[in-house]
Amino acid sequence: MSEPEAAEGLAEAKSESEERVRKVELLISNLLRAGVILSLALFFCGTAVSFAQHPEFFSGRSFVGPSGAPRSPILHSLSGVGAGLAAFKGEAIVTLGILLLIATPVVRVGVSIFAFIYQRDRLYTLITATVFALLLLSFALGKAE
Amino acid sequence: MTLLQFDLSVLGISTLAGVLGSLLGLGGGIIIVPTLTLLFHIDIRYAIGASIVSVIATSSGAAAAYVRERMTNLRVAMVLELATSAGALTGAYLAGHLAVRWLYVIFGVVMGYSALMMFRKRHQAGDEFVPAPWADYLKLHSSYFDEAAGREIVYRVARTRVGLGLMYIAGIVSGLLGIGSGALKVPAMDLAMRLPIKVSTATSNFMIGVTAAASAGVYFARGDIDPFIAAPVATGVLIGAVLGSRLLGRLQSATIRVVFVAVLLWVSGEMLLKGLRG
Repeated sequence: MSEPEAAEGLAEAKSESEERVRKVELLISNLLRAGVILSLALFFCGTAVSFAQHPEFFSGRSFVGPSGAPRSPILHSLSGVGAGLAAFKGEAIVTLGILLLIATPVVRVGVSIFAFIYQRDRLYTLITATVFALLLLSFALGKAE
Repeated sequence: MTLLQFDLSVLGISTLAGVLGSLLGLGGGIIIVPTLTLLFHIDIRYAIGASIVSVIATSSGAAAAYVRERMTNLRVAMVLELATSAGALTGAYLAGHLAVRWLYVIFGVVMGYSALMMFRKRHQAGDEFVPAPWADYLKLHSSYFDEAAGREIVYRVARTRVGLGLMYIAGIVSGLLGIGSGALKVPAMDLAMRLPIKVSTATSNFMIGVTAAASAGVYFARGDIDPFIAAPVATGVLIGAVLGSRLLGRLQSATIRVVFVAVLLWVSGEMLLKGLRG
C-alpha cells in the first residue's frame, strides 16, 4: 500500500469512528425527546381519565388540606402503580408518566454505558456504570426510609 | 378550590414560570417552588417533589436539542455527573430529615444568590496554557463549532477536581430544593474548569436531568411526588420554556432584568422570612 493510500485509509477509519459517535449522539437526542413527549401524553390521558372517573373533581371539594398536604394517598411504589394501572385508574396513568420522565435520563445513562463499551473505552464504561448505579440507588434510598 | 380549578391555575402559573425561567436563564424550579408554597399554600415538600419532575422535563427537552448541535461535552458531563448525582442523593436524603423551616431558609438564600448571579460578568476563558493532568487522563479537552465566530473553537479543560467538588455541592442543593441549580453548575464549569460559556451552558443543561433523576427517585419512593401537582407543573414549565426560548433575544433590556431581579430578591426574602418565623 502506498503512503497516500494508507493516509486515506486512516482518515476513513477516523471518519468512521466519528460517524459512530454521531450515531450515538443522535440516538441519545431522540431518546430524550421521545421520553418527554410520551410522558406528557400520559399526563394528559391520565388526567382526563381521572376527571372522568371522579365527577367530584369538578365540584366544590377543597383539593389541598389546611396543612397543605394532598387529600388522597400518593402512589409511591412500582407495585402500587401496577395495581392502579390494572384497575385503569387515572392517577396511576399520570404516575406512570412521572416514572417514565424520571427514567428518561436514567435510560440515557444506560445507553451511554453500551456506547462506551462499543468504543472500547474502559475508563468511561466504568464511570458511566457508576453513575447508573447511583441512579438506581436513589430508588432504594427513598424506599428504605 | 376544586381540583379542576387547581390544576388549570397551576398549569397557567407554571407556564409563566417556565417562560420567565428560560428568559432569565434560571430554569423553572427556582420560580415554581415559591409560587406553589406562597401562593397555593402547598406543603414545601410536595412543591419540591413537583418541581424536580419539571426540572427533568425541561432539561431533557433542552438537552435533546443541544446534543444535536454538538455543543455538549458528553465526557465532561459524564465525569461531573458522578459528583452531581452523589450530591443529589445526599441532598434528597437531607431534605427528608431537615425541619421544613430550614428548607425555606436555604431556599431563600439560594434564590437570592441565583438572582444576583444574573449580574455577574460573563467570564471568557483566557488562552494561557494551564497544566491539567486529570483532564488529560480523562481526555476532556474538546472543540465545538461556534456559530457567531463561524469556525471550530478548540478548548482545554482545567481543574477537574475543583469542578468535581463544586458539582457535589451543586448536586446537594439540587436534591435538597428540587431545582436544577444551573446557577451553581455553569460558574463551576466556566470559571473553575475554563470551559467556553456556550459549552458550559449546554453541558449544564444536559447534566441537570441526570442530577434531578437521582433525587426524584428518592422523592418518588418517599411519596412526595403528588401526580395532580407534578403533572400540571411539569407540563406548564415545559410549554413555558419552549415559548421562552422563542422569545429569547427580544428581551435584552437591562431595565427589565433589573425589575425581575428585584422581584426575585423580594420573593427570596419572603421565603427566608417564612422559614425564620417558623
